[in-house]
Amino acid sequence: MSKVILDSVRSVGARVVDAIWRLGVAARFFGLILLRSGQSFRRFQLTIREIFSAGVLSLIIILVSGLFVGMVLGLQGYETLQTYGSEEALGVLVSLSLVRELGPVVAALLFASRAGSAITAEIGLMKATEQIAAMEMMAVDPIARVVAPRFWGGVMSMPLLAAMFSATGIFGGYLVGVVLIGVDDGSFWSQMQAAVDFKDDILNGVLKSVVFGVAVTVIALFEGYDAPPTAEGVSRATTRTVVTSSLAILGLDFILTAFMFHGA
Amino acid sequence: MVLKGINLTARRGQVIAIMGNSGCGKTTLLRLIGGALKPTSGSLLVDGLDVAGLDQEDLYRLRRRMGMLFQFGALFTDMSVYENVAFQLREHTDLPEEMIRDLVLMKLNAVGLRGAADLMPSELSGGMARRVALARSIALDPMLIMYDEPFAGLDPISLGVTGNLIRRLTDSLGVTSIVVTHDVQESLKMVDYVYFVSDGVIEAHGTAKEIKASGLPFVHQFVHGEEDGPVPFHYPAQHYATDLGLKA
Repeated sequence: MSKVILDSVRSVGARVVDAIWRLGVAARFFGLILLRSGQSFRRFQLTIREIFSAGVLSLIIILVSGLFVGMVLGLQGYETLQTYGSEEALGVLVSLSLVRELGPVVAALLFASRAGSAITAEIGLMKATEQIAAMEMMAVDPIARVVAPRFWGGVMSMPLLAAMFSATGIFGGYLVGVVLIGVDDGSFWSQMQAAVDFKDDILNGVLKSVVFGVAVTVIALFEGYDAPPTAEGVSRATTRTVVTSSLAILGLDFILTAFMFHGA
Repeated sequence: MVLKGINLTARRGQVIAIMGNSGCGKTTLLRLIGGALKPTSGSLLVDGLDVAGLDQEDLYRLRRRMGMLFQFGALFTDMSVYENVAFQLREHTDLPEEMIRDLVLMKLNAVGLRGAADLMPSELSGGMARRVALARSIALDPMLIMYDEPFAGLDPISLGVTGNLIRRLTDSLGVTSIVVTHDVQESLKMVDYVYFVSDGVIEAHGTAKEIKASGLPFVHQFVHGEEDGPVPFHYPAQHYATDLGLKA
């Protein structure tokens, strides 16, 4: 009996040690990316290419999701506000929900599933097919040439995607609230303009999306670079990217929100 | 320890083959020469430089004078054949685009694939991918080219073409070629010297003629593809009858 307990304690301990070890390696990997980022800016076309892959190719899912989330917010918000006779405040509800929370968070979750998984699979397959090893043998540093441009491409794309998500979401709320239900057009926009603060709401939202962009891209790149060079290894790494990124986004969102918004 | 007591020399302008059964440490040897692994003891000199003692900058400087052909080519799948061959020229030189174009076409012509410059790696056969990778590995006119199983999975025509190319490029460029392979018949046609590695040690070495005439049991089994010998057919196991429960 005591052996069973000891074994389970050992197993938990081994998992914790392994998790801390991986965190350390990931932190070192992040440091290396920053250290070798010079080429990403000197040869900016490498980064532009990654902005296209991670950002532009994610646009469809971001825009469509943003529109639907905004439309649902419009419907649900109207139902609740109507109870208190404040349906004119629908614009405020939709815009604050999107700019402060749903824009950065949902866009980051979609970004992790669409672009994060693609980055992991691509790097993992490059490793499995010896493309990374070939690059090293050609005296080209893969961190500087392959990893860093993808990192900066992801980090630059994320706030832009979150902004577009929020913009289409607000448009979705407008379509449902004003066009479909008939909330007053002027109240919708003017109350929104009066209530949304540039620094407290918009800039904090942008800051959140930058932090999420760093987290998702580093996780995706690390998982790909660290993946065992087999089909199963790449598949597991891709799954881990989506799961870890999603948890990181939600955890970081709570921490950032706690620091940013004081209930004022 | 994968390799022990290895002592070999590869001279300029020679094709050296390193042969041995799968898992004997042949590819590890190439990784040691390329500086991807460091030996725990002993020394490894490439053009007089101790590879293990180099820092990253010096190692990269040395690697610019080396080429390596990976087992399945390892072409960059997001780049065309042309861009693959131009990769090192773009990364390591400031040559104008017209000169890069001329050099790439010359290298592709040397492997017979000038006409395939615009194809993507996914559109190439295994043999063609290997030849493009060969063109890429000679882009900077290296002094040493390493080939990791260049004949694996090729049809007889591609096999002959690849073997001839290795010989011809070695002679015309004056490079040193180290070929890791277990394809005896194709290799013995074009190599200058052969090392047989088994269990991490050199079992035999000599010219192609000496190897063909060798009476050493391991070499004889390998050259003639015999099923049983010093390398047993059966993986070590307990007695067959015991395994089947016929004997206590």
